[in-house]
Amino acid sequence: MKSWNNKAWFLVLPVLLLVAFSAIIPLMTVVNYSVQDSFGSNEFYWVGLEWFQEVLSSERFHNALMRNLLFSAIILLIEIPLGIAVALAMPRRGWGVSVCLVLMALPLLIPWNVVGTIWQVFARVDIGLLGYSLTQLGFDYNYTQDTLDAWITLIVMDVWHWTSLVVLLSYSGLVSIPPAYYQAARIDGASRWAVFRYIQLPKMRRVLVIAVLLRFMDSFMIYTEPFVVTGGGPGNATTFLSIDLVQMAIGQFDLGPAAAMSLIYFLIILLVSWVFYTVMTQQDADAESGRGHS
Amino acid sequence: MDLSWMAWTTPTAIFFAVILCLVLSMWVWELISPGGQPRRGILRFETTRGDRLFVTLLGSAFINLAWLALVGPNLWWALAVCGLFGVLVFVFV
Repeated sequence: MKSWNNKAWFLVLPVLLLVAFSAIIPLMTVVNYSVQDSFGSNEFYWVGLEWFQEVLSSERFHNALMRNLLFSAIILLIEIPLGIAVALAMPRRGWGVSVCLVLMALPLLIPWNVVGTIWQVFARVDIGLLGYSLTQLGFDYNYTQDTLDAWITLIVMDVWHWTSLVVLLSYSGLVSIPPAYYQAARIDGASRWAVFRYIQLPKMRRVLVIAVLLRFMDSFMIYTEPFVVTGGGPGNATTFLSIDLVQMAIGQFDLGPAAAMSLIYFLIILLVSWVFYTVMTQQDADAESGRGHS
Repeated sequence: MDLSWMAWTTPTAIFFAVILCLVLSMWVWELISPGGQPRRGILRFETTRGDRLFVTLLGSAFINLAWLALVGPNLWWALAVCGLFGVLVFVFV
């Protein structure tokens, strides 16, 4: 007996066309550009793998990649635990729920360039509330001249902007836990930590997979906020891969090397996202099969 | 339709055609011999045939990049390593 319906493909077709136009065709074009040199006016010259070799041996690329990996690691280490903690502290019923949800959603509604502008002004030592206050308190703070200050400013800005996403995802996971689990834990005399470790955290796993993936991809591709706040400086201290890529492609019009770099960048994101997704969903599958066998 | 802005070359066209053929061959394989259900291999996680093709393609991309960075621009041997890698992935993963 036929158990599938091929008409379903027609429902998938619009998405397929959308992905083709927004992702596959541009990706093909980037692959084509990465093996050629261009001097404008649609004139291309075959160079083979030269740009890939150039990028792979470039110290500039290595440094930007290391900065990006470090930034993403710090962001995940701060935002995921903080987001879970805030979600745990949020009320589950009453008027406080709406207030908290609206407050949490506010930073997510602000466009990236506006966030950058807010923090660029906020952290300035001459007129910014944060920068001026820190200076008055005796801190030697100046994000335009000091590497550490620039990094701290970008990290705090990203935490302010995106922790809400982790909070909202974690909160959705928490409210979906049936009350029977908590009742059983209360009867067993489980501690607050045990409830978190054995009920809340496993039940939040699916949404946390999404949170980790989204935050990794977003932080690894960050461009607008650091570009507006620090412009990649001081020196190249906050020049992440995306900023470097735009400088190369648009600033220097080196389309070939920029295409090769963006393909390597894409492959790294694809690999890390796949590893994250596989590890986290596999733990979920193991937990399910463990329950099935017990 | 003018596609000159996409800057097509024969080698890149062959590259994409090979990937398309690989995807289509997975479909044909499934029609001839259904059996794409998840299984656990040496990496101890569940993979379908499609997952194994994805791992092969992604791994091959990194094998070629590593070869290019460490050995040189002649990638024929890297392609042979990728072929071997693909066989190992489909048999053991």
